[in-house]
Amino acid sequence: MNREPSDSVDVCVVGAGPAGSLLADRLAREGYDVVVLEAGPRFDDVDRERRMERDIRPAHGPDSVWEMGGQRDAYSASGERHYPLNAARVKGVGGSTLHWQGMVMRLHEQDFRLENEMGVGADWPISYDDLRPYYAAAEDALGVAGASDNPFAPPREQPHPLPAFPPSHSDSLFAEACEELGIATHSVPNARLSESRGGRSACVGYGTCQPVCPSGAKYDATVHVERAESQGVRVVDRAPVQRLEHDDAGERVTAAVYATPDGTEHRQTANEFVLAAGGVEIPRLLLLSESPQYPDGLANASGAVGRYFTDHLFAGVGGTLDEPTRQNHVGFNTTESHQFYDRTDDSRGAIKLEFLNYAGPSPVKMALTGDDWGDAMLERIREDYGTHAAVGALVEQRPRAENRVRLDPERTDDHGNPVPDVVWSLDDYERRTIERANEIQRDILYELGADVEWTVGPETTGPAFHHMGTTRMGENPNESVVNAKLRTHDLGNLTIASSSVFPTGGAMNPTLTIAALALKAAGHVAARL
Amino acid sequence: MELTRRDVIAALAATGAAVGAGATLIEEPDGDPVGGHEVETLVAVAGVVYPSAVEGVESFVRQYSVNRVRDRPEYAAGVADAVAALDDYSREWNGDDFAALDPDSRESTLDGMSVDVADPVPDGTDRERARYYLVNELLYALFTTPTGGELAGIENPQGHPGGTTSYQRGPR
Repeated sequence: MNREPSDSVDVCVVGAGPAGSLLADRLAREGYDVVVLEAGPRFDDVDRERRMERDIRPAHGPDSVWEMGGQRDAYSASGERHYPLNAARVKGVGGSTLHWQGMVMRLHEQDFRLENEMGVGADWPISYDDLRPYYAAAEDALGVAGASDNPFAPPREQPHPLPAFPPSHSDSLFAEACEELGIATHSVPNARLSESRGGRSACVGYGTCQPVCPSGAKYDATVHVERAESQGVRVVDRAPVQRLEHDDAGERVTAAVYATPDGTEHRQTANEFVLAAGGVEIPRLLLLSESPQYPDGLANASGAVGRYFTDHLFAGVGGTLDEPTRQNHVGFNTTESHQFYDRTDDSRGAIKLEFLNYAGPSPVKMALTGDDWGDAMLERIREDYGTHAAVGALVEQRPRAENRVRLDPERTDDHGNPVPDVVWSLDDYERRTIERANEIQRDILYELGADVEWTVGPETTGPAFHHMGTTRMGENPNESVVNAKLRTHDLGNLTIASSSVFPTGGAMNPTLTIAALALKAAGHVAARL
Repeated sequence: MELTRRDVIAALAATGAAVGAGATLIEEPDGDPVGGHEVETLVAVAGVVYPSAVEGVESFVRQYSVNRVRDRPEYAAGVADAVAALDDYSREWNGDDFAALDPDSRESTLDGMSVDVADPVPDGTDRERARYYLVNELLYALFTTPTGGELAGIENPQGHPGGTTSYQRGPR
């Protein structure tokens, strides 16, 4: 394909994930000329079953499903906790929504004012009410299946666009136990179609949502890439942006310099630039774009670029019952509890409980990984499958400056640029919150009569692959990177649409908020054009 | 439990083969590089690795294998190469190709080659390739079908688009 720069471009977007594609689509509908530069390839939809096979069959590593790895994706992880970056992202048209789980909750009102109310983290410069119409628009754009049965959810003005997926058999077992314990359960908003919509299939139950949905019922950003392209947006794949250039005054970005597979570099000029490449590559690109005016990295007068890297932690308890739980029919969840989400003081963070529909092994994976076959294999599968139950949770992490994305000068990628170094650790705030989540989870499983067999606690926890905080939003240019309009404080035509702008991350899966912010940013960009 | 044409189509769909409910299935291998001998060998391997409760194995494996490698020359070459490696081992220890052995000898040959404890590696050693292209290939086919799933206790196994009602049902 032609990867030459376009002439007379209004907006250059870096990254073809959900933020970039939603924003590009919205701006194109208003008549603007938009170019999207995407570092990774464009994947062919017809290969999705083969990618599913690569996921299920044990010969292929998880990074191979979406072809991550190699020198292009080299990284370091020098913090107290290893960060498995390439398991946490997909580079390509569609971005990480190609492998995401597809859970889409709004943040709570308290999430936007945590410092003010609890003395923790930082307040957002916008409120829930500011974001509320964009949440509704984002739910419509993603085709969210949900119900208004969550007593802990923030106020909403209209129902979800599609009906929620009904509860599972195991949900009904959990609901009884939770009722005994005084824990309210409710449905899960899912970015997967419960009914066909706009030419896309309803979910048909492949059971491999994460990392690949062969039917396309799970939303991914290729939906909006296609819509944007139909509006005239040009999406250039395999075009990693190497650096941003600015004018002599250091007030405006003038070009995005990108590389193409033939080894040449090009300069894409535009009136406005939007970074939508996620919470790791955005700060990396700004740091790579240092200049005499910005010796510590572009848009980094505050020193906050790359700082406050935040993720959600997984906490979980699982075991087996003496009755069938019928797991692994589908790959998504249908019941949660947000009862332990809002904080009452500064002792712990938010907890979002998830009742899993995929606890324990699936029969096909058991068949493929045993050292037996024939009748012995079948007997093993029948014994091990079918009675597992588990309660997971997302747990909030408090933003701390020492957790950060920085450049590793010792290692370079396939273009000779320093790779990202993800410096990540936990503190007692997270440990306490995980321990509290484990207590609740154990209570529920004991009430169910389960034999508890495993716990993911403070020592064994891992990240949920939600990259937040590295170009935080705020009113004070000395402490934050972008303002309430998602524009950098330092450069007048540079916008960031990403979870990287979250001042705090709560414990909700971030993509609905990313989408809402992208739509908000699109309006601000359009207003300046 | 009887494997049917519906299961063949389901297993093929889980591999990305271009088949639908009304699809025409090829019945005979074209022989390049997966021919009659390779299919016979896969049927013989299935006789060892499939549970004894499964019926209709020969027809299922024949139709699945022939259509599975259609338009996938690289995968077909891997299957043919793994069959050759298994035959080499079988001839060395039994004096005959794997497919020519009696059922007990087939099982002891796969055991003797340590295919049961081998990792499935598409570009690995002989036993690793046999595990990937023959044993795991056939087990993946079986357990992504409705019949294979039911055998294991799940009507909608992972890899099969069996809808969104079974997860809601309690045990029968």
